Amino acid sequence: MNKATIAYIVSAATLLVAVWLGVSIGTVKIPISTFWDSSDTTASNILWKIRMPRVILAGLVGASLAISGAAFQGLLKNPLADPYTLGVSSGASVGAVVTLFFGLSIPILGTYTLPVFSMTGAALTMFLVIGFARLVDRSMKMETIILTGIIFGSFLSSILSLMIALTGEELRQIIGWLLGSVSMRGWNYIVMVLPFVVIGSFILWMNRRELNAMLFGEERAHHLGVNVKRRKFMILIGGSILTGSAVAVSGTIGFVGLVVPHMTRLMWGSDHRHLLTLSFMNGATLLIICDLIARTIISPSELPVGVITAFIGAPVFAYIFYRQRRKGAM
Amino acid sequence: MLQVDNLAGGYGKEPIVKNISFRVNKGEILGILGPNGSGKSTLLKIISGILPKQEGAVNIDGQDAAVYSQKQFAKKVAVLPQLHAHAFSHTVKDTVALGRYPHQSGLFSSWSDEDERAVTEALDYTGITRYKDTAIELLSGGEQQRVFVAQALAQEAPILLLDEPTNHLDIAHQQQLLDTIRNHAIEKGVTVISVFHDVNLASLYCDRLLLMEKGEIAIIGEPQDVIRETMIGKVYNARVKTQPHPELPKPQMTLLPEKTEESEPFNVNKEHFTVSAERVSFQVNQPLKTVSSAVVNAGLGWYRAFVNRHVDENYNCDDVKAEMSAYLEQHGYPIADTVGMMTAVTTEHAEIGEYEGDFGTVLVMVTAGVSNAVDVSQALDREQKVGTINTWVIVNGQLPEEAFIQAMITATEAKTKALQTENVKDPLTGTIATGTSTDSLLVAATQEGENLPYAGPITPLGKLIGHGVYDCTVRAIRAYKKAKGWT
Repeated sequence: MNKATIAYIVSAATLLVAVWLGVSIGTVKIPISTFWDSSDTTASNILWKIRMPRVILAGLVGASLAISGAAFQGLLKNPLADPYTLGVSSGASVGAVVTLFFGLSIPILGTYTLPVFSMTGAALTMFLVIGFARLVDRSMKMETIILTGIIFGSFLSSILSLMIALTGEELRQIIGWLLGSVSMRGWNYIVMVLPFVVIGSFILWMNRRELNAMLFGEERAHHLGVNVKRRKFMILIGGSILTGSAVAVSGTIGFVGLVVPHMTRLMWGSDHRHLLTLSFMNGATLLIICDLIARTIISPSELPVGVITAFIGAPVFAYIFYRQRRKGAM
Repeated sequence: MLQVDNLAGGYGKEPIVKNISFRVNKGEILGILGPNGSGKSTLLKIISGILPKQEGAVNIDGQDAAVYSQKQFAKKVAVLPQLHAHAFSHTVKDTVALGRYPHQSGLFSSWSDEDERAVTEALDYTGITRYKDTAIELLSGGEQQRVFVAQALAQEAPILLLDEPTNHLDIAHQQQLLDTIRNHAIEKGVTVISVFHDVNLASLYCDRLLLMEKGEIAIIGEPQDVIRETMIGKVYNARVKTQPHPELPKPQMTLLPEKTEESEPFNVNKEHFTVSAERVSFQVNQPLKTVSSAVVNAGLGWYRAFVNRHVDENYNCDDVKAEMSAYLEQHGYPIADTVGMMTAVTTEHAEIGEYEGDFGTVLVMVTAGVSNAVDVSQALDREQKVGTINTWVIVNGQLPEEAFIQAMITATEAKTKALQTENVKDPLTGTIATGTSTDSLLVAATQEGENLPYAGPITPLGKLIGHGVYDCTVRAIRAYKKAKGWT
């Protein structure tokens, strides 16, 4: 069995275990039989109405952030890149915080006003960033994209800070949203976010070989026959769709998009043909586990999941990093 | 195969390269040379489509390259970049496999047997099969560059473009890489266009060279037409000299550094000679440019010590060179710095003369043994015995190579005349001898002081050599005769 097959089996198995843990653990223990035996209506309701959507949403968000992080790191050839590098997430945050700040609620959208505004913010930012980068440099060099992302990101962050500074009693709500959470969202959010996850991931996956070529630089990729300009554009759009929709439904959850691709790379190598899919699975696993911890560790209270991702993820990353470097040194 | 017509282009509005037209045939290797900033890399980048062209056309297989899609172009043209670092690691095989990118299509585009064959072949050809599962960043620079050569070969394109492919490589890896590429060009009929930094490497490996100057073609042609002192000197603005390659008919050039101000003029004189029963030696502090037919360090070179060693008449040795080298070493003469000759003549009978002209002095040393004198015009088909006239001519002055040759002619003529004057006969034919069967000649010059372009008898130098060699040879023959009791 080759390394890639093992990687897929291990990743899928941990994901399944995470899903099972995610739905079964909590103030009420859910036995595995609940899946097929709905005689215990309370357990069945908790499983299907509360925990399952929460776990799936956490999984989708984690997967989106991880796969777009992997793609951005490869595209920008920068190990420090993450889904938030482009500034799209700041756009999504501004959309969400504006909704909270002004207490907006569009009648037909109702409770979905926030995610819709947030996605709109993300989409606007994406077009502005890519448009501006093209304006500066028609060939859209990686450095141009990174710098443009930083410019727009900082500008939007200052707007966020301004709104936070001007906020009174709503502060807790805004901070809570910014730290990120997947609680109490329900199936509707999943329905809302799923098309974006599918389309964005598919776009990135279509560019897996091009990403491999671009790791050696744009010029090299060009010589290998990659239509660099078009592919870059596709990857930026794909990643932005994923990031924007993830942030819109869950807030800015840090760490997953930066570190899951690195962990996956350390364990299974940086071939994007596998890296993208494996990051997708591992990102889902990590966020499901983190969310489980976030809601159980100081039960009955809940922590924002964004706090836990780094709290759990950083030591895990440190361990893998240490082990791999040691192995490489021997 | 690849034709460039009136091409112009570059980064900004002003074209960096312009009026470029040339054609490269199938299987040919074209080297692009030029000083920094002459536009050689830019030209390559325009051809490979990285930089836009402003005018003209690049034709590949008779079709304008602009009509090819990026993938189609990559099937026709592979590019080998300069060596550079990368952020994430790949295994060697995965890296080489990327060379198959242009041959794959469709969403799932599975890996075909053809792809696998091309990759395996490229790995084998570049000798990196054993590293195939190693991460490339663990390889040395030379090995990494081989991986990228393999990647370009796996592309199986009929045209290969290279941009200073041997940058940062040591000489062994340079040779390996260029040998690989040249063999590939010969075996597969691949057309190669390569930018070179090193003029000599380009000369060795290319069929034709294109020399760029300020964005235009200064000259295009075979290496011997391009690598000429005046042309290279002008385009590179450097003092150079060209010389033939020792094994191949390819010119090589070498730099002539600016001479530093000399503190003291360097002159050689009779005092530098030492004569003993075993040898005549001449030693100086600075090397002399020397041409000789000696036993050790014959040919052209720069040497500080010159030894004419006396050996027994019955001296016999299978490997004279090795024995002589051992002798020199044993007596404190560094091999790299010493020209060694042999004679059966008693070296105490060496005749040494110093002759003064307007330009400086000429030193002559002759040892002559004429028992086995030969009339060279009658020398066909007969067994030779050893007899030796060793002649050294040492000049205080600067001589070009042609003057060295003329000095040798003049010295030889003077020697022959001396034999005639002394009535030395070929014992077999009874005619006047012209020399002996194993004569040696050495001409050395300090290469300082006056410039002496010629050394034929019409010049003051030639006159002095003629006179000096004649004089010393006559005296040496007389001394020999006297020692033998012939007179």
